[in-house]
Amino acid sequence: MKKSSIIVVTLLAVALIVSPSVWAKQKLIKIGINAPLTGDIPKVGEGTKYAAQMWLEDIKAAGGLEVGGKKYPVELVIEDNESKAESAVKANTKMITEDEVLAIVGPQASKQAVPAGDVANNYKTPMISPWSTNPDTTKNRPYVFRGCFLDPFQGPVLANFITKEFGFSKAAVLYDVASDYPKGLAEFFKQAWEKIHGPGSVVAFESFTTKDADFSSQLTKIIRSGAQVLFVPQYYNEVALIVQQAHELGWNKPIVGSDSWGSAETVKLCGKDCYGLFFSTHYAAAGATGATKAFIDRYKKKYGYVPDDVAALTWDSLRIVQQAIQSCGKITGNIEKDRLCVRDALAKIKEFDGITGKMTFTEDGDPIKCAVIVKISDKGEYEFYKSVCP
Amino acid sequence: MGFFLQNLINALQWGSFYALIALGYSMVYGVLMLFNFAHGDIFMVGAYIGFGIASGLLALTALGGIVLPSWLILVLTIIISMFLTSFVGMIVERVGYRPLRDAPRASAAITGLMIGIILETGNLALLGARRVRFPTLIQSTTYDIGGVFVTNKKIMIVVVSIALMFALHQFVRKSKWGMAMRAMAFDYVVVPLLGVPINTIARLTFAIGSALAAAAGILFGVAYPVLDPYMGIVFGWKAFVAAILGGRGSILGATLAGFLLGFIEIFVAMIFPSTLRDFIAYSIILLILTFRPHGFFGEPYSARLRL
Repeated sequence: MKKSSIIVVTLLAVALIVSPSVWAKQKLIKIGINAPLTGDIPKVGEGTKYAAQMWLEDIKAAGGLEVGGKKYPVELVIEDNESKAESAVKANTKMITEDEVLAIVGPQASKQAVPAGDVANNYKTPMISPWSTNPDTTKNRPYVFRGCFLDPFQGPVLANFITKEFGFSKAAVLYDVASDYPKGLAEFFKQAWEKIHGPGSVVAFESFTTKDADFSSQLTKIIRSGAQVLFVPQYYNEVALIVQQAHELGWNKPIVGSDSWGSAETVKLCGKDCYGLFFSTHYAAAGATGATKAFIDRYKKKYGYVPDDVAALTWDSLRIVQQAIQSCGKITGNIEKDRLCVRDALAKIKEFDGITGKMTFTEDGDPIKCAVIVKISDKGEYEFYKSVCP
Repeated sequence: MGFFLQNLINALQWGSFYALIALGYSMVYGVLMLFNFAHGDIFMVGAYIGFGIASGLLALTALGGIVLPSWLILVLTIIISMFLTSFVGMIVERVGYRPLRDAPRASAAITGLMIGIILETGNLALLGARRVRFPTLIQSTTYDIGGVFVTNKKIMIVVVSIALMFALHQFVRKSKWGMAMRAMAFDYVVVPLLGVPINTIARLTFAIGSALAAAAGILFGVAYPVLDPYMGIVFGWKAFVAAILGGRGSILGATLAGFLLGFIEIFVAMIFPSTLRDFIAYSIILLILTFRPHGFFGEPYSARLRL
């Protein structure tokens, strides 16, 4: 055992001394993927994996990842976090300490990304979560980044969009007071709206409680308040009920939603009532152009379905990591040094042009990026309408 | 005034669901002196059965086998679902409650909760956590009457509910079975000795209560087309409150209290911030019950104590 290892080390040393070019080729860039391949949200894990494999294909086709004029082979280390927090922590620890990955992409959901981000930060390994919107994921963690916008961004984005698109000045909000996401977003929207149009310009700020089915009294109030637009930051099951009831009570003005509308179930449950409505999200498949369309077409051809926002964000995150590695200039082989270099490069990225929009990172590692406004078409498809910046 | 009328109409629709479900609670209590806590979930089962039948009939029409207009599909859905759900009620009675008829009341109440969980999780196992959309059977047309918006659905829901309640009233007052039910409600001990088959009456009571819950479930699906396995829980509780408020065992009481509950909920939200709706609404009901602990038409326990 000992003898053989000595031989190996000697041989390696000889090889290194004799030919520097061999030495360079042997250096491998490993990227960790922390994805929920099993558990509650396997579809998210699948999208992550597929997007990563597509990215790797491109790298392989180019003969490796070019850094400072040299091409390095790339390997993906894909670990399953079972959509559990503790497994995500375990996966990150293993990838960092055993596999010696240069950077990690994932985990997707905040439930796993928040604890896993702590591990990455402690081990000083750059990590980028494509999909987690919770501020805690990146807060006070210089090594942790994300690929999507946060809810404090989304509120102003929507307020700006409605103001510019329709020229309205009076808005109403209907939200679930017992759920964190709608409640937070409703408040961010109200703040942003009143900043633009002055206090009192949110003429109705009505709420309900999870599991309510009848919103008629709230909607009657909203309709009588003289609001020109209704903002509903709800999940798809409530969206279907609210939109239909609003129409039945005589509301014929726009209803605008948030990224929680993005599920394929929204239109299934809501039907024709939702046609023509707008919501903000990370990316839109139908009506996409340019690089986004190319990505969608390729993904669809390869895997048989239109990629969702997770896949698109994963793709972008991998390309951000790629760009950071490339702008490092060289791979030293000293993993700590290289990781630090990649982190600094990530933090310095300005104007990254991804398929989910252009982005720059803030000090917290959150991207400043534009949201996509999606219009639900007459066929019930999500159509890219425009992108709006905060 | 338009604002008030609009809310009045909203409340009428909302109240009719409470009333229909409260009737089931009230009848079972009146005849058997037990609260069927699974009743809210029978409402859910009824809605899902209705969903299945409506989807099936629509698929049949789409295949071109028989062409049914959608209003006829709705009528058939209501009738078939009421029929099928009444069997669910009878099974619940036979399996859950009959063995416990002479056990302490608490056991029966706990059984009810348990059956409720079985029905919810059974649905979850069968259909998954995905929510389903109740098919659109009538296209909603909105009528604007001087700024008050009324839809054809709303009118239909209120009319069908009141018709069902009236039919039940007639059945209990005029028919032989109804008389037997009233007799059992009056005296649980002596009436069986006079030749009234108590098991049949108990089964009948559950069947009628469940059929009404199924009707409520389908009307609910028409008005609020998103169904989920847990939709019956909170709704069941609230309808139970209506049954108590109306006076246990009183059909008229349950109907009135169901509508009253709808009115209170809607009007509280009209006056106060909607966040406080249930808090204020149920505080008001608590206050009413403090002064009328037996509800509007209820009688004190002493008059109908068993044994």
